[in-house]
Amino acid sequence: MSNAVIADKPRSTLRGARLPKWAPYAIAAGSLAVGIGISLAAGLHSNIQWGLIAAVLFVVGTYVIAARVEGPRQAKDRIATSLVWVAFLLAVIPLVSLVWSTISRGVKVLDIYFLTHSMGLIADSEPGGGIYHAIIGSLEQVGLATVIAAPIGVLTAIYLVEYGRGNLARAVTFFVDVMTGIPSIVAGLFILSIMLMFEMQPFGFAGSMALAILMMPVVVRSTEEMLKLVPNELREASLALGVPKWRTILKVVLPTSLGGITTGIMLAVARIAGETAPVLLLVWGNSLINSNPFEGAQQSLPLYIYQQYANSAGSGAAYDRAWAASLTLIAFVMILNLVARGIARWKAPKTGR
Amino acid sequence: MAKRIDVSGLTAYYGSHKAIDDISMTVEPRSVTAFIGPSGCGKSTFLRTLNRMHEVTPGGRVEGKVLLDDEDLYGHGIDPVSVRREVGMVFQRPNPFPTMSIFDNVAAGLRLNGSYKKSELADVVEKSLKGANLWNEVKDRLNKPGSGLSGGQQQRLCIARAIAVEPNVLLMDEPCSALDPISTLAIEDLIGELKERFTIVIVTHNMQQAARVSDRTAFFNLSAVGQPGKLIEIDETERIFSNPSVQATEDYISGRFG
Amino acid sequence: MDTKEITDTPPPAPQPTPAEQKRAARGATRPGDRIFLGLSRGSGILLLVIMAAIAGFLTYRASIAISKDEANFFTAFEWNTGVVPPRFGIAVLVFGTIVSSIVAMVIAVPIAVAIALFLTHYAPRRLSGPIAYVIDLLAAVPSIVYGLWGALVLVPNMNGLYGWLDDYLGWTGIFSWQGGAPRSMLTVGILLAIMILPIITNVSREVFRQVPQMHEEAALALGATRWEVIRMAVIPFGRSGVISASMLGLGRALGETMAVATVLSPTFDIQASLLDPGGGTFAQNIASKFSEAGDIGRDALIASGLVLFVITLLVNGGARAIIARRKEYSGANA
Repeated sequence: MSNAVIADKPRSTLRGARLPKWAPYAIAAGSLAVGIGISLAAGLHSNIQWGLIAAVLFVVGTYVIAARVEGPRQAKDRIATSLVWVAFLLAVIPLVSLVWSTISRGVKVLDIYFLTHSMGLIADSEPGGGIYHAIIGSLEQVGLATVIAAPIGVLTAIYLVEYGRGNLARAVTFFVDVMTGIPSIVAGLFILSIMLMFEMQPFGFAGSMALAILMMPVVVRSTEEMLKLVPNELREASLALGVPKWRTILKVVLPTSLGGITTGIMLAVARIAGETAPVLLLVWGNSLINSNPFEGAQQSLPLYIYQQYANSAGSGAAYDRAWAASLTLIAFVMILNLVARGIARWKAPKTGR
Repeated sequence: MAKRIDVSGLTAYYGSHKAIDDISMTVEPRSVTAFIGPSGCGKSTFLRTLNRMHEVTPGGRVEGKVLLDDEDLYGHGIDPVSVRREVGMVFQRPNPFPTMSIFDNVAAGLRLNGSYKKSELADVVEKSLKGANLWNEVKDRLNKPGSGLSGGQQQRLCIARAIAVEPNVLLMDEPCSALDPISTLAIEDLIGELKERFTIVIVTHNMQQAARVSDRTAFFNLSAVGQPGKLIEIDETERIFSNPSVQATEDYISGRFG
Repeated sequence: MDTKEITDTPPPAPQPTPAEQKRAARGATRPGDRIFLGLSRGSGILLLVIMAAIAGFLTYRASIAISKDEANFFTAFEWNTGVVPPRFGIAVLVFGTIVSSIVAMVIAVPIAVAIALFLTHYAPRRLSGPIAYVIDLLAAVPSIVYGLWGALVLVPNMNGLYGWLDDYLGWTGIFSWQGGAPRSMLTVGILLAIMILPIITNVSREVFRQVPQMHEEAALALGATRWEVIRMAVIPFGRSGVISASMLGLGRALGETMAVATVLSPTFDIQASLLDPGGGTFAQNIASKFSEAGDIGRDALIASGLVLFVITLLVNGGARAIIARRKEYSGANA
């Protein structure tokens, strides 16, 4: 590292050979063409195969070309870039396929008749029928679960943020985290074991209780985040006026964070609305309309999808109904998500920054 | 190895906001040039254009020329990565890599090029740490994490890391603003030694510091908040602090604003 | 702060004494405060009670089942609960659950980390916002829809890949294929990977976004390429975060029910090859066997559910512990 060494450096140390800007696109197009070409020549039918061949060609091609023109460091940078892009595309493909097949196959039988009729007189293998009973069941079960879980979740979050000190709060925090990870089927088995104890028959509210267990930790977490965003000055300002703590929480803290809490609850509702496993164990499913969640088996949308798929022995009519119900369920979940995020965005300027 | 910097007509933007406007100056090799001026006057932005770090900020873009011994840093076909190897930088807050040992921090830049033997690497690390006046304090714990050092030591570690790759120019962005007076003194002494080997440009808020360490001083100012920063004047440090040619400089230095 | 004190001093005291003020500062002297504190603390305690009850009830029912089991619950390769005496064990389920989760993790983790890097360091800024939003939405797609798509779209498309793997990698044994429908652990693993991709991506993206700008600039100023910046500054900083993100994803994969139940064609034995249909997972076995299970059958399924519960507890607890430790670590360095 003497001066002499540096002086010997060629003058254009700042100038590296660079591939032109269009090089990655050209390599991508080339690999795609070769990938398809190989598949046609070898008579491969699966889209997955030529896609994989093209992806591998793209990564390897980029590396080889860049290593020759730009040197090994730039080649490594390029291979990382191309791998990251390939990973992104690899993930996009199944997700696009999922959305596309749900929409394109779902619209086949999705109409007003489908939404307003049950499966009462129709065998699973025949065409016709609808999801009215499943919608009723889903709304009731999810609604009851929300009525149980939302207050408990919000109150727990208030406890953790406003009062929580010491071992109890630490234990609650830890177990809320743990509860978030409970598989839905385990929550179902828990309620089932209670029902076995009292020899109860399946009914809608049993499903609600399992769903409520799944919902609570999600509500606690999101509410906690929102309450923590409320500036302490606000609380102190209220307390300094002589307002008791509980009224400060009710009148100052909660209204300030109401938008965020609502968002969190709606996202939690969206999550449990798609749960199948506990409903399968506890509510059983029913092809008839049962609007009483406290007695007798009920249907629910996710369970309906599963049963149309599993119990129909490959009948096309049942698959069509499953797709249509999936589309309905996804639409419901997505609308909840979008509205919830809309509320969050609409309320955001008031709570922060 | 120290190179001359020749800036002409340099304008830098953040998105549509013009941060500095039409700056031209020459920085002499083997000297310390200090940039002073009120907050927001664009002196740090200007510093970052000298090693193409400005364009790392989203929306950052530059017009004009920066010649490093006759080669335009913003010319066609110039690789910004190579530019940053030749123009090193020390930041406001010491930023050693938290997961690396002291040794690995200093060797980080060298390892990027890969072709070093172990003994060679150890030699360069020792030489750089000595160059940064840190060797005696850390020679017994080279394998400990760099984040365990004091703030002043961390900053000298960052300087060692920057000089280990033998850059032509060393840019320092308020290197002492996060340090206590004793550590500041150590860095200032170090700057005096390093200027024998490097071209040094230092941004500072502390006018005494500029007066102490620099040979030439550039004063930046902005006409109003939101307006782009401009170079008001650049001259021998002694002249700037005793008899500046522009009234605004004198006002700033004598503490009448800023 | 007990009831006796409260009755001694009526709440609307016109001139509060210092002692009362002190009590008021600690809260919970007024009836409203006491009720509110009681309600919110009660809710927290209720959560703990529910967790304890889950463990308790599952253990109780499981002990009933296991006491009647004539086979070894942990090692037996059969699930016959309708016969006398009942013989059942979870060895097949342990194997299947682990295998499908490993396949899912091997596929999902690298891709999710790459997407997270794509969003934070590669994608044009105008793109990365909307893409992150879409990934958020995908995390909300119900698992039964993934299951339906897996069974009706993914499975038919897997034949080509299966034949290919058999041709070139069949000699390994793991990828040999006897030509059955591709409703095997590999397809299950791929579907699980797609399902846990959003959560791993989201958490990793958060971690990568928190990498201090100054560390990345330090690397850049040394003349590092974008990939070298990621290797020097981003990955070391984000490693523990990625590990915990992966474990959260693993927790999901272990407990996933419907997607496995729709795609897998289960048998109660172990397949050496990932490509041959058969095997089962805890959650899938519960869902599939439940409708035909008698009294002992249900308790046996509950017993297997208890094992699943414990496994997911350990995995999630581990993930949280890593996150908690990382918080301290990054706080110390902030």
